[in-house]
Amino acid sequence: MYRYDEFDHDFVHQRVGQYRDQVERRLSGEIAEDAFKPLRLMNGVYLQLHAYMLRVAIPYGTLNGKQMRRLARIARDYDKGYGHFTTRQNIQYNWPKLSDTPDILDELAEVEMHAIQTSGNCIRNVSADHFAGAAADEVADPRPYAEILRQWSSNHPEYSFLPRKFKIAVTGAERDRAAIQVHDIGLHLKRNEAGELGFAVYVGGGQGRTPIIAKKIRNFLPEADLLSYTTAIMRVYNLHGRRDNKYKARIKILVNETGKYEFSRQVEAEWQNLKETVLKLPEYDLAAIAAYFAPPQLQDRPEGWGLIAAGKKNDSGFASWVHQNVTPHRHPDYSVVTISLKPIGGIPGDASDTQMEVVAELAEKFGHDEIRVSHEQNLVLPHVAMADLENVYRALLEAGLATANAGLVTDIIACPGLDYCALANARAIPVAQEISERFDSLERQRAIGELKIKISGCINACGHHHVGHIGILGVEKKGAELYQVTLGGSGDEQTSIGQIIGRGFEPEKITDAVETIVETYMGLRQNPDETFLEAYRRVGPAPFKEALYGEKFKAA
Amino acid sequence: MMKVLTANRLADGIAVWLGANGQWLESIDAALIARHAEAVDALDDAGKSAFNNNVVVDIALIDVTEIDSEIYPIRLRERIRASGPTIRTDLGKQAEFRQATAA
Repeated sequence: MYRYDEFDHDFVHQRVGQYRDQVERRLSGEIAEDAFKPLRLMNGVYLQLHAYMLRVAIPYGTLNGKQMRRLARIARDYDKGYGHFTTRQNIQYNWPKLSDTPDILDELAEVEMHAIQTSGNCIRNVSADHFAGAAADEVADPRPYAEILRQWSSNHPEYSFLPRKFKIAVTGAERDRAAIQVHDIGLHLKRNEAGELGFAVYVGGGQGRTPIIAKKIRNFLPEADLLSYTTAIMRVYNLHGRRDNKYKARIKILVNETGKYEFSRQVEAEWQNLKETVLKLPEYDLAAIAAYFAPPQLQDRPEGWGLIAAGKKNDSGFASWVHQNVTPHRHPDYSVVTISLKPIGGIPGDASDTQMEVVAELAEKFGHDEIRVSHEQNLVLPHVAMADLENVYRALLEAGLATANAGLVTDIIACPGLDYCALANARAIPVAQEISERFDSLERQRAIGELKIKISGCINACGHHHVGHIGILGVEKKGAELYQVTLGGSGDEQTSIGQIIGRGFEPEKITDAVETIVETYMGLRQNPDETFLEAYRRVGPAPFKEALYGEKFKAA
Repeated sequence: MMKVLTANRLADGIAVWLGANGQWLESIDAALIARHAEAVDALDDAGKSAFNNNVVVDIALIDVTEIDSEIYPIRLRERIRASGPTIRTDLGKQAEFRQATAA
């Protein structure tokens, strides 16, 4: 993984020093709140319902054991013993004191982390496939390009006052695990017929109050042109993006209103002035960054095959966990392990300080010191020998981290919602908990198969409800919580935005509604291999509407 | 409609309510209730003053009612602020001062 050089260390330490001075002056009254608020936000410090919230960047969701241990220590020493992993592969602390935040940022800087650009109208943390560098289906590791984008966009004066926040995602496999088509810019790393690396470029996707699927404006952009072309996109956006209306300021609105072809024409025209400039990436720079992400030296461990078979035979719990949470690695003797942060009835994405330390230890001992955070709010050990899987499982089990539900109906994404967030209109976590408890039987979950439920507590859609197979949006109606259901959304290579199925449900009825939807699917699927999404795309909303609303639907 | 004045304390961000003695309290229980327009105006002035003096941020007048002599915010958002996260009753005011009243 990337390691800070002298410049990076100096930059981050200087930034902490500046911030410390700003906090001291704010607390002494020298700076007023209106002047201070944008400064704290630039350093990831929000004010939420109960306290401040600190959002720490985890670039493209990659970190090592030492960094995870530090996140655990911060949770213990400065917060309330836990952290919340987010849908942007970051971590949030819910209770830090403003007066402690400079010390926390110092702690982070010591392990090459920070909270810069985790808020504000700038280019946010670049996200990537959480299986990057390990997945068997990967063309190339997207993280070097994410790192190049991170370095280029960090503190970039041209992008410090964009019309609105800006999110970039990169994937390196045909199977899109990074939801690139619902990002401001989505990059699909691939090879052309000559075997050269480059990107399909998608622009103008996003969720929020106006969900839009990104438009592909380039089928193949050579890798050397990554920064010049991205700069061209940013310049068109910076020039024409709406600054008069916050709700129309994202690039998705600009692309939609301008039209794909005209927007693309403007980008290409801008690019002609940029493509042969200093922004062209030299091969040696690409190679230098890629070297940081060189795959670990994986020794052959063929004994794992037999050990796995024996372990599965002896322990059905282990067998279920391997079946559900272990994914093929590009090395046949290794596996990618998903650590579910979705225990039955638990809080999606939360991990205690001790759980974080367990994960750190397992990464160091069995995982070549690599950990990933997924946008689905789970953790990943990307390089585990199959021979070590049972040891990893036993340790996770002891720590309450061995729930065998990756990709199943209880692997629910939920934003913090009204339990923490100042923007939320309704709670999201309790809904996730109740659905999780309703479907607690693993046998039932596996019979249902892949089903992604995503829940947001407001229209900003941090819980990605628009791309949930079943999406749930909490709203406030007449002073009470109400939950709207969307069906058929998907955030993969065949991205779709879920359709609203009908009137919303009260908190005490939403779990029943979800169960009705699931049972309807079970009743109409052609065979057990037809997933919920496939079945929905085949039959459309009508059977689900009828099941949910009965005669009223027919009358309508 | 009865109102109380709430805010978050500048230094640690903790939710606070203005009490009858002019102090910012960590529990809503002893918040000063404004029962008529003049009292609401007085609360508003007190909030602006505290904001300008860098004591609190994010001040807001919120609607409340009284149930069995306890102050009960009308909006769920404010009930959760007054109690703590509904999904972690070991955290927030409910763990420190009172039983959960939200939800």
